[in-house]
Amino acid sequence: MDFSWLSDPAYLGYLWEGFVNTLILVGLSGVCGFTLAVLVALAQVAGPKPLAWLSRGFTTVIRGTPLLVQLFFFYDGVGRLLPGIEGVQDSMLWPVLRDAFFYGALAFTISVGAYAGEVMRGAMASVPRGELEAAEAFGFGRVQILLRVWLPRAIQICLPTLTGEMILLLKSVPLVSTIAVMDLLQAANVVRNETFLVYEPLLLIAGIYVALTLVLTIVMRGVERSFPGVQPYRRILIPGRI
Amino acid sequence: MQGYGDASLWDWSGALLNGAVVTLEIALAAYAIGLLLGLLGAIAKLSRVPPLQALATAYSTLIRAVPELLLIIILYYAGQTALNNLMRALDVSGAVEISGFAAAIAVLALVQGAYMTEVFRGAIVAIPRGQIEAADAFGFSRWKRFRHIIAPAMLPNALPGLSNLWLILVKDTALVSVVGFEELFFTAQQAAASTRNYFLFYAAAGALYLVMTLGSNAIFQRAERHVRRGQIQA
Repeated sequence: MDFSWLSDPAYLGYLWEGFVNTLILVGLSGVCGFTLAVLVALAQVAGPKPLAWLSRGFTTVIRGTPLLVQLFFFYDGVGRLLPGIEGVQDSMLWPVLRDAFFYGALAFTISVGAYAGEVMRGAMASVPRGELEAAEAFGFGRVQILLRVWLPRAIQICLPTLTGEMILLLKSVPLVSTIAVMDLLQAANVVRNETFLVYEPLLLIAGIYVALTLVLTIVMRGVERSFPGVQPYRRILIPGRI
Repeated sequence: MQGYGDASLWDWSGALLNGAVVTLEIALAAYAIGLLLGLLGAIAKLSRVPPLQALATAYSTLIRAVPELLLIIILYYAGQTALNNLMRALDVSGAVEISGFAAAIAVLALVQGAYMTEVFRGAIVAIPRGQIEAADAFGFSRWKRFRHIIAPAMLPNALPGLSNLWLILVKDTALVSVVGFEELFFTAQQAAASTRNYFLFYAAAGALYLVMTLGSNAIFQRAERHVRRGQIQA
């Protein structure tokens, strides 16, 4: 095992950049994805029929196809069609739309939206109707019922499962190395190409991922504890998915 | 442009279907080996032999904490090096190219086995103790107890997890394209690159995966009805 390359600031720079990008991807797609998930769930439990079908179809397609394929579909498939559309290249969004990082965040957001949306749908459907009726009887408006009763109760029911979804999101981040985003795996790939070391860089980032998984679990456990009325989940890791 | 695109999809349809068959083949083989690994892992974890327990726990915990893509890349190279070293030790001249097919199956099976260990462990623990004690009281041998009591009693508990893992596996097979193995997604990437019609071919690959996952979903639903026959339906 040769880890002498770790003293090279250039390689440390790549690793740091990969580490930061990984955290940004998880944070950004986690927040945006959860917002999407709430909308997807809401469309199915309370939306009009066509909207419910649309959201059902979205969930089925995203959950039924590999994330890697979705990533390439957005990046290469949709991304290459964009310059052909009149005015896209002149728009202010173009620097973002040209960036592989954006497609990574987009694919993860959509993925979290579908998987967490399915979790939220189940949780929202299992909030006792009487509680919503009670809120109505107290004169709550529809938005108020949603924000102050329905969503908090649903999150209370499924928060441990959402923790699992966050860990799965973290574990999908290395996929973006395939579209040349500088994440931890891409940093390891750069080191491998330049030092001809096969295992050391990969094992190092595997160790970082084990640590990150552990930290994320502890952080989410804290969130679960601070959220009133949640039964903390016993298992640390739940099955993976791509 | 669109007409050209359609013609190219037709030209590549044979290759894509071929890729889908390869994907199903490696998924089925990896699933079968994964089932075996998972069963062994669960038995080791539930055994009263500390070293076995520790080994199985380390296996299932470490594998599940590392991203699948990273694992596949590490195991793929590790397998290749190990095989080359073995061949050198046995004095077979020259480096052997490890068969991509075998490597893809081995790597996916090892990952599946870790998750299956947890599924089987949970399913076995959920069997009421009395049923196992009853088998012992009747003088069943260990094998008979497993074959006639534990296996049929745990299957209804394990099947939802197993079906979930199969769906994950079908989607995980796309990851072996990253190490250059020619399955469905690798073929789609080649088709997309050579026709420049990325949108069409990635959508087509996605559709084929969707057919596979939806199809297997239907099969697993039937299987679940079958193993739950005789149980009181809620």
